[in-house]
Amino acid sequence: MLELLGISPQALFGQLLIGLINGSFYALLSLGLAVIFGMLNIINFTHGAQYMLGAFAAYFLLQYAGLGYWWALVLAPVLVGITGVIIERLFLQWLYKLDHLYGLLLTFGLALIIEGTFRNFFGSSGLPYSVPSQLTGGQNLGFMFLPNYRGWVVVFSLVVCLTTWFVIERTKLGAYLRAATENPTLVRAFGINVPRMITLTYGFGVALAALAGVMAAPIYSVSPQMGSNLIIVVFAVVVIGGMGSIMGAIVTGFGLGVIEGLTKVFFPEASNTVIFIVMAIVLLIRPAGLFGRTT
Amino acid sequence: MKSLLSLIALAAALGGGVAQAQYTDGIIKIGVMNDMSGTYKDLSGQGSVIAARMAAEDFGAADKGMKVEIVGADHQNKPDVGSNIVRTWIDTDQVDVIVDVPTSSVALAVNEIVRDKNKVFLVSGAAASDLTGPQCTPNTIHWTYDTWALANGTGKAIVKTGGDTWFFLTANYAFGLALERDTAAVVVKNGGKVLGQVRHPFPATDFSSFLLQAQASKAKVIGLANAGADTINSIKQAAEFGIVQGGQSLAGLLVFITDVKALGLQTAQGLVLTEAWYWDQNDTNREFAKKFAEQNNGVYPSMVHAGVYSAVTHYLKAVEALKSDADGKAVVAKMKEMPTNDKLFGQGTVRADGRKIHPMYLFEVKKPAESKGPWDLYKLRATIPADEAFRPLSEGGCPLVNKS
Amino acid sequence: MQRVAEQNAPPRLHSQSEMVAFAVMAAVLVIAPFVAYPMFLMKALCFALFACAFNLLIGYGGLLSFGHALFFGWASYAAAHLSKVGAISLPYPALLPKLSWHWLVIPLSPLPPELAILGGTVFAAILGLIVGALAIRRQGIYFAMITLALAQMMFFFAVQAPFTHGEDGIQAVPRGRLFGLVDLADSTNINMYMTVLVIFLGCFLLIYRIINSPFGEVLKAIRENEPRAISLGYKTDRYKLVAFVLSATFAGVAGATKALVFQLASLTDVDWPMSGEVVLMTLVGGLGTLFGPVAGAFFVVSLENYLATRIGQWVLVVQGLIFVLCVLVLRRGIIGELARLLRIKL
Repeated sequence: MLELLGISPQALFGQLLIGLINGSFYALLSLGLAVIFGMLNIINFTHGAQYMLGAFAAYFLLQYAGLGYWWALVLAPVLVGITGVIIERLFLQWLYKLDHLYGLLLTFGLALIIEGTFRNFFGSSGLPYSVPSQLTGGQNLGFMFLPNYRGWVVVFSLVVCLTTWFVIERTKLGAYLRAATENPTLVRAFGINVPRMITLTYGFGVALAALAGVMAAPIYSVSPQMGSNLIIVVFAVVVIGGMGSIMGAIVTGFGLGVIEGLTKVFFPEASNTVIFIVMAIVLLIRPAGLFGRTT
Repeated sequence: MKSLLSLIALAAALGGGVAQAQYTDGIIKIGVMNDMSGTYKDLSGQGSVIAARMAAEDFGAADKGMKVEIVGADHQNKPDVGSNIVRTWIDTDQVDVIVDVPTSSVALAVNEIVRDKNKVFLVSGAAASDLTGPQCTPNTIHWTYDTWALANGTGKAIVKTGGDTWFFLTANYAFGLALERDTAAVVVKNGGKVLGQVRHPFPATDFSSFLLQAQASKAKVIGLANAGADTINSIKQAAEFGIVQGGQSLAGLLVFITDVKALGLQTAQGLVLTEAWYWDQNDTNREFAKKFAEQNNGVYPSMVHAGVYSAVTHYLKAVEALKSDADGKAVVAKMKEMPTNDKLFGQGTVRADGRKIHPMYLFEVKKPAESKGPWDLYKLRATIPADEAFRPLSEGGCPLVNKS
Repeated sequence: MQRVAEQNAPPRLHSQSEMVAFAVMAAVLVIAPFVAYPMFLMKALCFALFACAFNLLIGYGGLLSFGHALFFGWASYAAAHLSKVGAISLPYPALLPKLSWHWLVIPLSPLPPELAILGGTVFAAILGLIVGALAIRRQGIYFAMITLALAQMMFFFAVQAPFTHGEDGIQAVPRGRLFGLVDLADSTNINMYMTVLVIFLGCFLLIYRIINSPFGEVLKAIRENEPRAISLGYKTDRYKLVAFVLSATFAGVAGATKALVFQLASLTDVDWPMSGEVVLMTLVGGLGTLFGPVAGAFFVVSLENYLATRIGQWVLVVQGLIFVLCVLVLRRGIIGELARLLRIKL
């Protein structure tokens, strides 16, 4: 039957798998945004720039410290996460009492500064970062040749996403976080250091973005613009999923990756607008988002 | 006799004063506008300003009493920014000639403005063959390369060496579509077949899906009808998916030496492309490249830089012959009249439609083992002689041609 | 929680200050082209109008749209197309004999400038209606993200649509003769400048009228406390939608005029940095003030002009720094602070 649509089932599965790979990045990034928004009520426009910082951190670690991919997977998120903590302490904490929109404006400004600075020093061509040797080559799955590295991306992202979900929804720490989101004053009264939790949450969300950046470095070019193009799509993902739930962000991310992948097969010219179209449809039918609670 | 001499002296004094004013405000001001901070920073950028300076120095402008000033600006690949800069340059800063301008959309906009204001436009960086076609003007010369020459060089040469089935990976915007169209025409004309194409959105970051489709087509050659970051990413990801190992070859339809450098030989090896100039072709080029790199942070010159050098040299010769830079049309007419001869491109001509004619070269990217230096990237596969390299004069549709 | 633009809520004062300021502004602008470079001034005026349109939505409606470039840029394309080509081709799907796209061509010859600008404005208004209807469904931050996403979608569409000529843009747009009488393409640019000035001042006065009308008062009430407005019986969604459409329309006027001034409509006008720039201009000038957007626009355009030939590549960074500074310490903007110092309403 599928042959009627002009594509064989094998090719279709191949494209679906590739869609999942892109979906991993959408899922990781929208997860980070959801975590930050849930806790701080701030939309972190800098997320794209922090994703880019993660990729650059991996590049620098390799160039100047000789530390390869596996080190970068751990170190880059930590380093960029620390910059996130600094940002929160220096800038964001003054905005909590103000309209949410100021947070958006400030993080937008920070994104411009970061992207602009890197663009100055590194141009726009993109720097090379190679796939780690343990993950080169690929598997011939019969319907397609799957590079090992891409398979790793899907698996590792799933692990990270599910772990984050587990921590937030099923552990004591997560319970504190969720409680502090709903009623910070009461949680403080219980002796829990809420401001510190907020800071660390922001740092964690940023670290997630940086992790996505490290994973993206070998397959997409490490370039200063890599974040800004992606972040707008991730915003659409987040609007579709609604920022109410962690699992919602994960599912929506992967799901939209697959939808985009299918579009690339049947209607490639529209593949970078399909997510926005889905967003428009969801807004018409279910304004709160697929998993959201009405604000 | 004495009165004749004094008359001549008087005329010279007055005429000299007037002749001096023929160099608008006494200076020949060259405006080098290109991308100084974005994708094309390395292939043009500050390097073009350096190339222009070297051209003025080698020409000996100072010794000949010509004051040459060179200014640079960043158009950020945006036609509106580029238009503003050029307008301000001409209206308020007395710039006489605009040089370089990569990114065809900007070049086309500048083309119009320069014609309206009767200055000179020497295009080195941009690719659009329309500049010597329907959009040709008596004020513009298209110097280094264009899409037709690239399509012809790469397409024809590859088909002749056995790559006769093609699949195109095209950026879905005017430039990419034009590149695909021109190359497809060349392929078919030389006996090849186009098996299909996939049009990816512009810009795109992930080409895996499109590359899979290219693989499935089983075409011998995958033509990359895109530019800049898209080309680099397509090539990188093609390496990841083992496309070249699987027996298909990649043809870069718009690739520069700086792109190959960014990709690295490991990823780019075997890529076939066409360029107008390469630093390692002869001793003169090598010497120029060394001197250039010293001033340009070790980055070697691209064909765009060489084109700027060549164009500025010829421009200064024409201005010297005319003793004036005020009338753009006259200077360009002179440049078309005089045959060109500079140390980088050798001898050549400028045609009536504004097309500079010189040979083009088909290169293949070396394997890592074959390279002996950081910029030793190409081996020469074929030379396309000057009379075959560019679109025939009659086929362009340039309004100037019909008149002559 | 302090709402955006609330700090600019006017101290009880005479709007005489506003009228004086308007007279001064108009006088300065009339003399300006004889002193400064007219192309620069026209650019600043178009952006000033764009910022005023944006300010209508955020300063008085409390709605932050991060995709206003959509209206600005697409009006620019529409006006450029109408002025240069005229004919409009609308695609529609046909089912018989097989599913395909057909084109309905409305044959028009190239339109004179006043109709081209009008056409661009109408197009922006229609887009405003569609986008507004979708975006109004969510509040606050979601609203901003939706406008951003929809604008980005229209950007990708602009890259591929044949009539926009993608990267090249629509070039060599003729300026034409205004009302068949005034040649707008004169080399001194004075005719064009005066036309742009009249358009700007006219729209500025219209916006002033809208803000100080019953509609405007309800809008401000919704900005301050939407639940209370709802409880008073106002259909707030409808008011917000009207405000959105008005804002989109004025942004369209700005974009259409700009296309004729620069004789070029390009992708830059629909890209997200353009949306960011108008936010910056309004923020710097002062959200919710009448003259803030004008001052902000002139400031930003001058700054970019100044930097372009010196440290052009740092423009993004400078813009980002200004954003951060404004949000942290200069929330009222230049005009807002000035108004507060002088205790007048601006």
